[in-house]
Amino acid sequence: MRKILEVKDLVTRFYTFDGVVHALSGVSFDLYKGETLGIVGESGSGKSVTMMSLLHLLPSPPAKIENGQALYYGDADDKPDTNNKPDADNKPIDLLKLNKSGIRKIRGGKIGFIFQDALSALNPVMTIGRQIGETLIEHLGMSVQQAKTRTIEMLEYVGIPEPQRRFSSYPHQFSGGMRQRTMIALAIACNPKIIIADEPTTALDVTVQAQIIELVQRLKKEMNMSVIWITHDLGVVAGMADRVVVMYAGAPVEIAPVDELYYNPGHPYTIKLLGALPKIGEKESLRLESIDGTPPDLLSPPAHCQFAWRCSHVQEKCWKIVPEQKEISSGHYAACLFDFADKTPIPPLM
Amino acid sequence: MKTETATNQIIGKTESKNLVTVKNLKKYFPFSKGFFLNRKRGAVKAVDDVSFNIRRGETLGVVGESGCGKSTTGRAILHLERPTSGKVIIDGVDLTQLNPEELRQMRPQIQMIFQDSYASLNPRHSIGHIIAEPMMIHKNMQQDAMRSRVMELLELVGLNPNHYNRFPHEFSGGQRQRINIARALSLNPKFVVCDEPISALDVSIQAQVINLFQDLQKELNLTYLFIAHDLSMVQHISNRVAVMYLGKVMELTTRDNLFNTPLHPYTQALMSAIPIPDPVKERQRTRIFLNEDVPSPANPPQGCVFSTRCPIAEPICSQRAPEYKAIEPDHFVVCHKVDKKRGEI
Repeated sequence: MRKILEVKDLVTRFYTFDGVVHALSGVSFDLYKGETLGIVGESGSGKSVTMMSLLHLLPSPPAKIENGQALYYGDADDKPDTNNKPDADNKPIDLLKLNKSGIRKIRGGKIGFIFQDALSALNPVMTIGRQIGETLIEHLGMSVQQAKTRTIEMLEYVGIPEPQRRFSSYPHQFSGGMRQRTMIALAIACNPKIIIADEPTTALDVTVQAQIIELVQRLKKEMNMSVIWITHDLGVVAGMADRVVVMYAGAPVEIAPVDELYYNPGHPYTIKLLGALPKIGEKESLRLESIDGTPPDLLSPPAHCQFAWRCSHVQEKCWKIVPEQKEISSGHYAACLFDFADKTPIPPLM
Repeated sequence: MKTETATNQIIGKTESKNLVTVKNLKKYFPFSKGFFLNRKRGAVKAVDDVSFNIRRGETLGVVGESGCGKSTTGRAILHLERPTSGKVIIDGVDLTQLNPEELRQMRPQIQMIFQDSYASLNPRHSIGHIIAEPMMIHKNMQQDAMRSRVMELLELVGLNPNHYNRFPHEFSGGQRQRINIARALSLNPKFVVCDEPISALDVSIQAQVINLFQDLQKELNLTYLFIAHDLSMVQHISNRVAVMYLGKVMELTTRDNLFNTPLHPYTQALMSAIPIPDPVKERQRTRIFLNEDVPSPANPPQGCVFSTRCPIAEPICSQRAPEYKAIEPDHFVVCHKVDKKRGEI
């Protein structure tokens, strides 16, 4: 599989009156063509900040991207003659180095973004039709009439009933699920290569959530897109992702194919997180494994493993260095000093 | 005088199996239209004819999508909203018959924990004050006794008793929820309504709070009404579960029945939509998709309220409302078609 996005060592900090918030401390991951990458983590772990950094959506100040690269390889497809050559020959675009007009071409055009709260992401005083049409005119240079036809097509495509009539509705006239469908129509209108969905179903009910997940999965296949799905729900990720990145305190602690992550987790945090979930269909109520303590304060993150406070495998060396990502099996990375070389199963946690 | 009879009722009543009995509970919010006449034009039927019992020491889970009336049910039981009609009997006392003063005297026994742990704590009071306040109001206690009781409660919910003088903003979300729990427990209630107490918390913190709820229940013999939209958590903590839709209970049964053999088509759809944190199981599942959106509770569909979205609806469903019937002991379903389907299972 071919890489479409490669994020290397991304560091983002917020300069606030209280001090420097180390929101991201070295985030690296790859996104391959046609895959769904799930990003899970608790609130404050840096899931959203990562994506917003890539697309220059963070207000600056206070945010500052201090280091890192985000290489976008998507344009290789547009030039058929370069298709056979290795990645190095197609000049990737570093999203972080783009200027304002450069990133505008990517945002909405090449990379679509679905936000969590559709009501505040959509413009309340603009009809649905105009909002979607605007992107088409801006990115694809369509005429107003072309944009209208295409918008109605898009609305129908994402399953909004009576698209002709809905074209001139306002966001408040839609239900939560329909608004999220509109957001999706907006994100995919320009045939993007990547869709970034930032907790798109968190505010929705489970039955609507199932519909939205189904829709995104279908669109992904039909339009041959890559999807980054940010969520805190490990259940959602299990069903739809190909690979999963688990984030904790501003850095990925584990990156693994989905089955590997759930059945053979490599980082103590992931193990505990999976244990903290109630099991559907369990015979009797077993006690949930809880993770004691709270995530570290990112105003003054410790200069050692961020999880050491809460980890039950903690060893002396964990208090001295920040662990780097190690490949523990093919395609499975974990940032932990725990010795994965011996294949003995990790003892049950206290 | 009336107060005495109420108290006598409490003492005189022999311990029955059910702590809470809710009968035909209704809560309508009327709305009016027009500027001058302000005529009543209708009512949002937030809770419409809900009946159930809660046994001593058990946890009854209430699940449903947003707007189905699960929170209003909880609030109406505790009379935070006066029910439009119906009966709420808690430990032999019918709350709907009490006057405000009598109701106030019942309050120590019935407590509530709210979803937003920050909004439900006064930011200008120290947590010692917050937890002691119910005791100041309902009990005539010495300062020292109160202080030691607060310390005891803090210890009970897993907080450091020395944090007595700190303020709510100094605590994290999970800790604030613990403060709420301590306050609710300060008067030794029998019955606690938990209104989505964990939905604002992170997964790892949720597990801590859920474990605390279960420990306290065992230790203090509490009875919970646990309202949530997270079905897997409800399944974990509840003995029995009520599934609500548009202000009505659709199915009420034990948690094993509900998750293994759900009978109502709405429950089945809801169950099939829960994401399971297990990739292989998740791939093998078939989901039941419900079309359309939830109708407005101001204008619910004729007949069965679920008929507009039901995958197996028949003409009768939109004509006559189905009755609340027991399919087997401890398994109540409101559906015309369940008897037929029962044969297939």
